[in-house]
Amino acid sequence: MPHSPQPPADVGRYAYDAVDRTFLKQRVEQFRDQVQRRISGALSEDEFKPLRLMNGLYLQLHAYMLRVAIPYGIVSANQMRTLAHIARRYDRDYGHFTTRQNIQFNWIRLEDAPDILNILADAEMHAIQTSGNCIRNVTSDQFAGAARDEVLDPRVHAEILRQWSTLHPEFTFLPRKFKIAISGSVQDRVAARFHDIGLLARKGENGRAVFEVYVGGGLGRTPVIGVKLRDDLPEEDLIAYLEAVLRVYNAYGRRDNIYKARIKILVQALGLGAFRDEVNAEFMAMDRSRYRLQPEVVAAIRARFATPVFEDASAGTAQLAAQTKADPAFATWVGTNTHPHQQDGYCSVTISCKPAGGIPGDVTSAQMDLLADLADQYSFGELRITHLQNVVLGHVRKDNLFALWQVLSANGLGTANIGMITDIIACPGLDYCALANARSIPIAQKLSQRFSNAALQQEIGALRLNISGCINACGHHHAGHIGILGVDKRGEEAFQITLGGNSGEDASIGQIIGSAMSEDETVDAIARIVDTYLVQRKPGERFIETCRRLGAAPFKDAAYATA
Amino acid sequence: MPLLENGQIVQDGWTLVEDGQPLPDGDILLPLSRLSEGLGRNGKGRLGIVLKPDERVSDLKEALPRLDLVSLNFPIFRDGRAFTQARSLREHLHFTGAVRVTGHFLPDQYEFLLRCGVSQLVIPEQSDPAVWQQAHERITVAYQPSVLNERPEGFAFRRFLTP
Repeated sequence: MPHSPQPPADVGRYAYDAVDRTFLKQRVEQFRDQVQRRISGALSEDEFKPLRLMNGLYLQLHAYMLRVAIPYGIVSANQMRTLAHIARRYDRDYGHFTTRQNIQFNWIRLEDAPDILNILADAEMHAIQTSGNCIRNVTSDQFAGAARDEVLDPRVHAEILRQWSTLHPEFTFLPRKFKIAISGSVQDRVAARFHDIGLLARKGENGRAVFEVYVGGGLGRTPVIGVKLRDDLPEEDLIAYLEAVLRVYNAYGRRDNIYKARIKILVQALGLGAFRDEVNAEFMAMDRSRYRLQPEVVAAIRARFATPVFEDASAGTAQLAAQTKADPAFATWVGTNTHPHQQDGYCSVTISCKPAGGIPGDVTSAQMDLLADLADQYSFGELRITHLQNVVLGHVRKDNLFALWQVLSANGLGTANIGMITDIIACPGLDYCALANARSIPIAQKLSQRFSNAALQQEIGALRLNISGCINACGHHHAGHIGILGVDKRGEEAFQITLGGNSGEDASIGQIIGSAMSEDETVDAIARIVDTYLVQRKPGERFIETCRRLGAAPFKDAAYATA
Repeated sequence: MPLLENGQIVQDGWTLVEDGQPLPDGDILLPLSRLSEGLGRNGKGRLGIVLKPDERVSDLKEALPRLDLVSLNFPIFRDGRAFTQARSLREHLHFTGAVRVTGHFLPDQYEFLLRCGVSQLVIPEQSDPAVWQQAHERITVAYQPSVLNERPEGFAFRRFLTP
């Protein structure tokens, strides 16, 4: 197949060519055939299940859910409009952004799935490997290519990993799912230490990337902080080394118990030293030339990414200062929802998908269309989905912030709460999920409402609150400064509280402070925990720091104090 | 059961010998535990070894030049260890004989099996080879190298899966 002329590239994402588009269409037809074979009975449900999972189709409590991949979280304005169309036409007019930077549609009919995948393929999107025991969508920094503290834009390597892992012949029937995150910044915003593999990129000689490799992290039933496997992996060995890790895992990972099947259990069972020896033995034995990542390949992939052409917007900084002085509500939003940019006069904007009393990560089709329009108008037609279930406009001129904020505020997207207590991560919970013990959404809504006062949130400061509806921990409760875990207490929904989790460079796992309480008791208990922090904190001390300094005891006392 | 090789159903001339059975003449398949016994049976036919999913390919290293077949097994199609075993045989140990798979696997996995170096598939009775052929032809490009060393497509790691 001849290479077609380069299509106009989108900022921030890999532009497909004719070969990539043909591949996606073939994949759609393959799935259409699999659905037919399921309906005809040629495939049993047991046989069909992994095939549909690897096309993003998951059976929930009430309906099929389709999880669409958003590789490294980047989506173009036109792709966002396609997602809005799918929400309107095939779902109940909304979608849900996930902690893997993907989007889920919760009310999909099996018969419609091939047509939806076909519509996605037309927009250079897919649902490949968003579920199943395979290498999942690779996540990355939501401020990639923009953040002032970035040393290397990780998206080119994330795309290389996406392509390499797509329909990988050897690693598509692993013991369990496999999640990779990649960051190119000093500050770890991807929770690298809570992934099967976390990659921290830095610049080495000749400008080529070098990677720190973490392995065996994860949440779920057995939360584990990943350990460093390599400090100095050269770019050219990136694929070879990951192949080696995956081969060791595929060969020796447990398959007798799905709760013991993640790579973290293998790393623990062997010990880091023995695991590293196995990986190194594989790495030395393999034909590394076959997997060598040549500079030309990296350059060819990089060339498919358009980069924004910045204007001289440095005058906007003074204008913004005047506007924030004049409007305190705007100033609050700028303070919480913007992030420093590499380019003078620009910043990155995080648009909160967590309005007061709302469902974390849910957006309507009208909001998706609006986000697409705003991306076209203010950020080179590019959007990012964050693993904290919000949306980022990467490159916004500071002199456009006020106008942007006004439009967002008028459409329920202007909440000033990024990094605050109401910027809650929540899993779908028992409202959708067959595994859940409790509903995550109603308690998230109550907490969001309880702390909705902007001044109160400012007073509390940085606080990560994460909610999971069961021990599978999709809401990352162990990584929350405060975590909430839904449990089944003699047939009733109940909640345990964890304290002290964190997902950054100083990753820690939250610990359960005591027995489970009802939904309303839990909301009250968290209010008392926060009050305890406000009383006990030292000047400038964040919640997590007070927590680490004092330990759980005073918070536990507060949580279980009856009025 | 039918044996699929190069897209055709072919005659399976190999005899599977269980533990405790005497070694017959002809082409025989033995469990790993009987490897040295099989190697001692010089000149009476070809030798193949059955490797279980939890047995190490490297245990065959010394014997491999004298083996004509290694048979791998899928206890269930979701258990993908045979993919790594097959690939190791080809890539690490440069095995050029037949790599066979038995057990439970699907036409949807055919391309993956081929790309990991499997050359023979024991498929269920009444299987239509056309179904497997269709699965093989459905996707024409791959995004990563494999032991088949397919023709590079010209961009990144992409490969043509069609000749």
